[in-house]
Amino acid sequence: MTRLPTLAWSKAEIAFWLVPVAAYFLFPHYLTLGSQVMIAGLFALSLDLILGYARIISLGHAAFFGLGAYTAGLLAKHGFGEPLSGLVLAAIVAAAAGWLTSFLIVRGHDLTRLMVTLGIGLMLFETANQWSSLTGGIDGLSGVEMKKIFGVYGFGLDGRTAYVYTLVVLFLIFNAARVLVRSPFGLSLKGIREGERRMPAIGASVWRKLVAVYTVGAGIAGVAGALLAQTTQFVGIDVFGFQRSADLMIMLVLGGTGYLYGALIGAAVFMILQDYLANLNPVYWQFWLGFLLVFLVLFARGGIVGALATLHRRWTRK
Amino acid sequence: MSTLTSFVGVLFDGLAYGSLLFLIGIGLSVTMGLMNFINLAHGAFAMLGGYAAVIAMSRLGVPFIPALLVAFLASGAAGALLERVLYRRLYRATHLDQVLFTIGLTFMSIAAATYFFGPTQQPVQLPAFLTGQLHVLGLDLGTYRLFLMAMVVLVTVALVYLVERTRFGSQVRAAVDNQQAAVGLGINVERVFSITFALGSALAGLGGALGINVLGLDPTFPLKYMVYFLLVVAVGGAGTIRGPMIAALLLGVFDVAGKYYVPQVGAFVIYAVMVAMLLVFPAGLAGRRS
Repeated sequence: MTRLPTLAWSKAEIAFWLVPVAAYFLFPHYLTLGSQVMIAGLFALSLDLILGYARIISLGHAAFFGLGAYTAGLLAKHGFGEPLSGLVLAAIVAAAAGWLTSFLIVRGHDLTRLMVTLGIGLMLFETANQWSSLTGGIDGLSGVEMKKIFGVYGFGLDGRTAYVYTLVVLFLIFNAARVLVRSPFGLSLKGIREGERRMPAIGASVWRKLVAVYTVGAGIAGVAGALLAQTTQFVGIDVFGFQRSADLMIMLVLGGTGYLYGALIGAAVFMILQDYLANLNPVYWQFWLGFLLVFLVLFARGGIVGALATLHRRWTRK
Repeated sequence: MSTLTSFVGVLFDGLAYGSLLFLIGIGLSVTMGLMNFINLAHGAFAMLGGYAAVIAMSRLGVPFIPALLVAFLASGAAGALLERVLYRRLYRATHLDQVLFTIGLTFMSIAAATYFFGPTQQPVQLPAFLTGQLHVLGLDLGTYRLFLMAMVVLVTVALVYLVERTRFGSQVRAAVDNQQAAVGLGINVERVFSITFALGSALAGLGGALGINVLGLDPTFPLKYMVYFLLVVAVGGAGTIRGPMIAALLLGVFDVAGKYYVPQVGAFVIYAVMVAMLLVFPAGLAGRRS
């Protein structure tokens, strides 16, 4: 009889999670970058559920990130700056949008899915752009004032609260996603990825599972957006931008799809590279981004985690 | 201006715009229908054609009409080369790989164009006989737009002839319908792929050059219009000529009309139409793939 995958934490996983904790003490001047990395990681994680596990190609995942960001930002701007309830509401709004649009997504093939996700992202961008009385339009939403977490920890300029807050949220959601992909539901997603036509033969409803995972992915993306709005106390219109969706895909394939950790590692490498290279020259950065994508597709399909897994298999076999 | 003449003007501009979208998008339709390949970098070939024409005119003093030929050839050559070196490796890859790969190419083309030509819009000097307006049945129609539509009609007639009446065309149709059977009949499908890819890129280049003073030309071109080209194919249905043509003309008219009559809604109209169309016709207006 086949058993479900274990939920026990391996040594490598524990070591992995000690890195951001150590970084808090070792690099106190880079905490803002650290929060950004973790937010990007959470966002990439949400895409990994959709793309890595269910193989839905999305070019508009920023739609849900942006909805979360604007929900949290607008709440805080109008006096409801309590962070945790903001996160929950952002997740609900983004998940509701994900649920509604999932019916458009699941019925098409790859090209239709790509177009519909792209179209929804662009529509939301246009809406935020035109409805400037609400969103601030191209100037962005300013005046976001956050209250203290539990009434104790305020978001200061040193970025300590933001870092710890982001790390805790990331860890909790990662843990939930980890349980999810190792559950029977997660296994059936893998089944859909490997052979969508065969799944109905074992009695699994494909579209219901795709709707569910798309909704969950959208909700998590909304939390990531809300975290960005709360920790930076600003929402720029680029939260809906195509570049954000594209960057997200790059992070994910760079790290490796379908491992969950790939999303976090890819986001970290991407953000640190971007912090370094984009400051040198934005045009070069875009060139290297493109080059990286072409290289990954042609020569390194598994991404960083995929390469590590191959190495590990070779190592243990000897 | 009366409502009727303004309506006719919008219709005319929309049709001119749509025929341009068709000219650029048709190559994408063929690659998608023939090779089932999602090429998000298609707009880069159009941009290349645009820059080739601008350089030929401004630095080499080539007149406008021959510069269009330069654009056609330059993009066709680039398409042939890239197909041979890179695209061919990915025909059997997953759609995800194709999407990532071609987004990568798009980014590289944008960076390269910015590096060589700067981020600004490129101007184009039209010859005198293509500027101004023509008076037809009491309407003022832009000469350049009439020329544009005439060019697209010519190209379409040539394309239909090529596909419907020549030996090469029947090979293309066979390969679109059933690749395995086509190979079995001794058709060199790989060669058909290469030629159609190069031809599609060349037409995109021609469209890019013709469109400089309608669509504009700057390094963000491939991303700015990516949705439109994809839309032509997704709504029209891949692998046909008629489907993308209808889709492109509808798209052009809706986009121009939307921007003219309800400017505050902006580009929203076109995306809403697109999502609606994809819902009603998941396989496109003239879809032939199951």
